[in-house]
Amino acid sequence: MDLAYGPEYEAFRAEVRAFIAKHGAKAPRRFGVSRPSEETQNWQRLLIEHGLTARTIPKEYGGYGAEPDILKSRIIAEEFTAAGLPMGIANQGISMLVPTLLELGTEEQKKKWIAPTLRGEVVWCQGYSEPGSGSDLASLQTKAVEDGDDFIINGQKIWTSTAHAADMIFCLVRTEPEAKKHEGISYLIFSMQTPGIEVRPLKTMTGHAEFNEVFFTDVRVPKKDIVAGRGQGWFVANATLKHERGMLGDPNQAGTRLKEITDLMHKETMDGTRLIDHPVYRDRLVALQARVFAMQFHGLRLLTAAAKSEDPGIARLIVKLQGCELNHQLAALAIDALGEIGVLYEDSPHLRAQGAWQHRYMFDLGLIIGGGTAQIQKNIISERGLGMPREPKPAKA
Amino acid sequence: MEFGLSEDQKLLQESIGRTLEKVSPLERVRKVAEEHAAYAGDVWQALAGLGVAGMLIAEEHGGMGMGLLDAALASEMLGRHVAPAPFVATAVMAPIALAGAGSTAQQAAWLPKLASGEAIAGVAVSERAAGAREGAGVAVSGGKLTGTALFALDAAGADIFIVADKTGGLHLVKGDAKGLTRIALTSIDLTRPLGELRFDNVEAEPLNAGDAGAALKRMVDAGRVMLAADTLGAGWAMIEKAVAYAGERKQFGRVIGSFQAVKHMCAEMAAELEPCRSLVWYAAHAFDTMPDEASLMAAHAKALTSETGRFVARTATEVHGGMGFTDLVGLHYWFKRIGLNRQMLGSPERVRHEAAVLQGWAAD
Repeated sequence: MDLAYGPEYEAFRAEVRAFIAKHGAKAPRRFGVSRPSEETQNWQRLLIEHGLTARTIPKEYGGYGAEPDILKSRIIAEEFTAAGLPMGIANQGISMLVPTLLELGTEEQKKKWIAPTLRGEVVWCQGYSEPGSGSDLASLQTKAVEDGDDFIINGQKIWTSTAHAADMIFCLVRTEPEAKKHEGISYLIFSMQTPGIEVRPLKTMTGHAEFNEVFFTDVRVPKKDIVAGRGQGWFVANATLKHERGMLGDPNQAGTRLKEITDLMHKETMDGTRLIDHPVYRDRLVALQARVFAMQFHGLRLLTAAAKSEDPGIARLIVKLQGCELNHQLAALAIDALGEIGVLYEDSPHLRAQGAWQHRYMFDLGLIIGGGTAQIQKNIISERGLGMPREPKPAKA
Repeated sequence: MEFGLSEDQKLLQESIGRTLEKVSPLERVRKVAEEHAAYAGDVWQALAGLGVAGMLIAEEHGGMGMGLLDAALASEMLGRHVAPAPFVATAVMAPIALAGAGSTAQQAAWLPKLASGEAIAGVAVSERAAGAREGAGVAVSGGKLTGTALFALDAAGADIFIVADKTGGLHLVKGDAKGLTRIALTSIDLTRPLGELRFDNVEAEPLNAGDAGAALKRMVDAGRVMLAADTLGAGWAMIEKAVAYAGERKQFGRVIGSFQAVKHMCAEMAAELEPCRSLVWYAAHAFDTMPDEASLMAAHAKALTSETGRFVARTATEVHGGMGFTDLVGLHYWFKRIGLNRQMLGSPERVRHEAAVLQGWAAD
């Protein structure tokens, strides 16, 4: 156990700080939710140039080309968070498609797509879930039928965030209807401008359209735009989902929230008494603080395991479930501590934090459900982590 | 940056686990409990043989000079095997008190004997660590002790006691001192007897060579981390037993472990308990290397692991169905071990309040 980084890493930290001191003012004020602004793209290019994002992606594909070093990545994150600066763009193209292409794409696909995606010039959306295929994703029904050099796609996707602003989609389609459900799926990449694609915003309980539905009617896509071959889509998707789950349940987000609630409870008063002086709310805050610390130290443990290429086993499998739940409970405490003010929303008078706590409380429920529901996570923990048997398939009637 | 155990630490923990598996199987635990014995001498000797008694005692006094993380790994194994042996007072809290506030002579007289396991030290600090209940409290007059100390740890068979008085002063009292009455308290957990000490003008040596207030705080912090680690070990043992039982027990023509209702109970237990390991490790490491954080992290580790332990103890019992409720499978030894750990040295509510005070969020 040694929580010091050592001289090599402290020197690297000094470099990161020097960058922040010199260039920090160029950081975009607000990251566009869907399409990176020109300011954001400039910032992104600067970060890539200095090895502060896309760090381990080879130079030939537009990255910085450094050896993977998880501690350096963490130091970058620590310093940017401490300075209140946005990190590189973390959209689905960069977080999910790029690692997938690096692992499984053809040389031509890598050359064509990775660099502009990294620079924020090409925005992607993910076409996985369907109305009838959520937790049972492999049952998806969107069809791609061969026609000469093309596939013709018909079907519907749902929960497609940024589809309205995306240039491209990475999409799971059924190309082999006769094969077993996991073996008949292919992973296609194609333009959202292709004729026959319709995007309809999907308004959620938050009041915002954070997702979309995407409809495909006779959408023609060249067969060469498949990743890793026909029938390999399920395998490719699992490689991608692994990257997504790593993003959900980040303990540093919980740490930031805890600090915000602590500040709020020191400022807000009820009957003239600060909320922090109210023993019941304070007890809830301290109880959640212990959980936040536990998940942060848990993150350090996983980081160490990853740096040593060790499999942390069940410790890794619990992160999405516990992390998302913890974030949700933090939002709940803020709402409860605010009492009646806690229900105010949109642009109401007396609103606090632009209504962020109610928005988070509702949106977090989406994160608890998305990326593998809490119940699917529990199946994974019990089956892969504890070695418990799978639910037997019902006998065919 | 490395947040994990060294190879030596893994080996140490494995060897303690293997030894306990051999010398302290459930039948042995059951015998000690049913006889209301002070502790199992053979189990204690086996642990002492591995150096567990002297883990935290400096090498110059015959100990191993290890850190609190090492002790936490040992404590986790003791909880895992519901070991009927003294530990938290004699091997952790008393050595810390003697090292922090004992005179050279006191250290020389007792640390080597504690390190070898030849002598056992009990610790009576409940009134300071968990709050004084009615009638409890020890007063000092003319250097002699009068009053009652409740919930002394490792009390049965102790040769000496480290006692905190009402003002937080620490005293060393011989087990056979005149005027000292030792009463056994029967708790749910028969693997670790608790004691009541009644003092009637009892001769005591003050521990005041160092800062006694600081020593008291250190020994309580360390004790809390140990109890958290004990619950971590006992809790994981319960999860594993629940998973194993669910893999064998059949109802409706299939093992109950294939029902999602049962699987999800097991997943929830694991998901809640595993982050406690990271917190316990951090708290133990902070105790040795980050004094500013030590008390806060010890409080958090104690509170969170106690709360999680309670959830695991009841859920694992439910997974066992009716069998979990019987004496037959002995699951209750773990249930009760976790139950005792929760109440000793400060309940979750009490230590969370302390955590708030430490951060300036509440008045003392």
